[in-house]
Amino acid sequence: MLIVLVKSAVLLLVVVTTFAYAMLFERKILGWMQLRPGPNRVGPWGLLQPAADAAKLILKEDLTPKTADPLIYRLAPFISLLTAFAVYAVVPFGANGDGSPWAIGDVNAGILFLMAISSVGVYGISLGGWASGSKFPLLGAVRGTAQMISYELSMSLSFVGVLMLAGTTSLTGIVNAQERLWFFIPQALGFIIYVITAVAETNRTPFDLVEAETELVGGFHTEYSGLRFGSFFIAEYVNMLTVSCIATLLFLGGWNAPFGLTLLPGLAWFVLKVGAFMFFYMWLRATLPRFRYDRLMTFGWKVLLPLATLNLVATAAWVALH
Amino acid sequence: MRKQLFNVGAILQGLGITFKYMFVKRPTIEYPSIKKQHAPRFHGLHELRRYADGKERCIGCELCSSACPANAITVIGAENAPDARVSPGERHAASYEIDELRCIFCGLCEEACPTDAIVLTPRFEMADYRRGAFVYSKDRLLVPTDAGVGTPPDERPNGIPADLGRVAEVKSTMSVDRGYSATHRGEVLKTERKGLAG
Repeated sequence: MLIVLVKSAVLLLVVVTTFAYAMLFERKILGWMQLRPGPNRVGPWGLLQPAADAAKLILKEDLTPKTADPLIYRLAPFISLLTAFAVYAVVPFGANGDGSPWAIGDVNAGILFLMAISSVGVYGISLGGWASGSKFPLLGAVRGTAQMISYELSMSLSFVGVLMLAGTTSLTGIVNAQERLWFFIPQALGFIIYVITAVAETNRTPFDLVEAETELVGGFHTEYSGLRFGSFFIAEYVNMLTVSCIATLLFLGGWNAPFGLTLLPGLAWFVLKVGAFMFFYMWLRATLPRFRYDRLMTFGWKVLLPLATLNLVATAAWVALH
Repeated sequence: MRKQLFNVGAILQGLGITFKYMFVKRPTIEYPSIKKQHAPRFHGLHELRRYADGKERCIGCELCSSACPANAITVIGAENAPDARVSPGERHAASYEIDELRCIFCGLCEEACPTDAIVLTPRFEMADYRRGAFVYSKDRLLVPTDAGVGTPPDERPNGIPADLGRVAEVKSTMSVDRGYSATHRGEVLKTERKGLAG
């Protein structure tokens, strides 16, 4: 019990620090790609920027609109935050010699837990937008709900291919099944579908219609300020980290070293792969404009869903024949 | 519409462009620590010059004030006392005020001045929290007695006066030694600034 608490505390610290620096690096990378230096005023190379941002958010006035539903309005950021962090209860970061994972809880249906928790995350967005009692957040929330439902289907279907190949729903088992061949090769289509839906699931460019600051001011968090806004912000980045971890675990071989390069420990490979995926996210944001809403829906239902189903059927046939 | 949805090539091309730009040299000049070099005749904060013997050049004629299109200059002239002359002429400026918030930095005062007393320097850092602080009177406009006589624009070696301070690095597109060349519609009007006045 005590060990679990200590593990949780350490992991929470690691995840929050990663969030802080992911944000700094995102701003740096966006800056470089737009021929700007990025934040470099606070501390050497801007390394204290996250601390300055945190201090600013804490000191901001906490506003609640008159038209808002006060209880749900205050609850929504915590739903987002809690579900974002809860996922890390089952994410393994490496394995001991005897095969037991480095994780808080070794759940044998880890992937199902992940999917269940990440689906609850959308409640933070839709409740927050609804309870703000204002039109832009409401539009953001409606979009968020529709987008989540549309893309979560394809995402889950892309998982199933991997589950069939690995023959297990345990995240550790899936990673161990990739010792020889990472699943992004036999599941290439599934991997592409996952990458696209993962961007949509975390509401980031080019699928950031939920926030869409050019049309909806701030989308679902328009009315939020200070630390409540900060909670949504943390949740977004932690979710980014989560989907990067899932991509690494399910498709990129987790802590398995590529080409038998065991010079680095497994954890280092895991961190490298997650980092590369996070970079890809920021790279996408610097490159692509936002989808139009009808095209987002068309793409989700008419392209991704049939492709994911096709992938599922093909994988099932292949597994049955072998 | 189908074509646009599936235009993966365009997306990859875009990703290539953004990735390439990560390694392109950035043109940013990080201003407070690095200052850009201005043209030698940049129109910045005014300065009232002196003669070599320390007397003020301004004779209080108010021509600058009349020339000013923004009505930013207020000059009140006075007779020089024979035993304590402020300027070599008959009169001097008892009060000389420029409202730098009104000023449009056109340089017409400089052109109007018969004694080359008022000049525009390249100093441009005048920010302040109070509006009143932008009314510059003689105490701030006059060259201090220990700081020489002031330099007319055509005698400046480059755009940065020594007292601008904290110039960590000079980034410039023009040569400091040879000055800049002026062209108009492809025709070179001027290749070098005129030599420094002795």
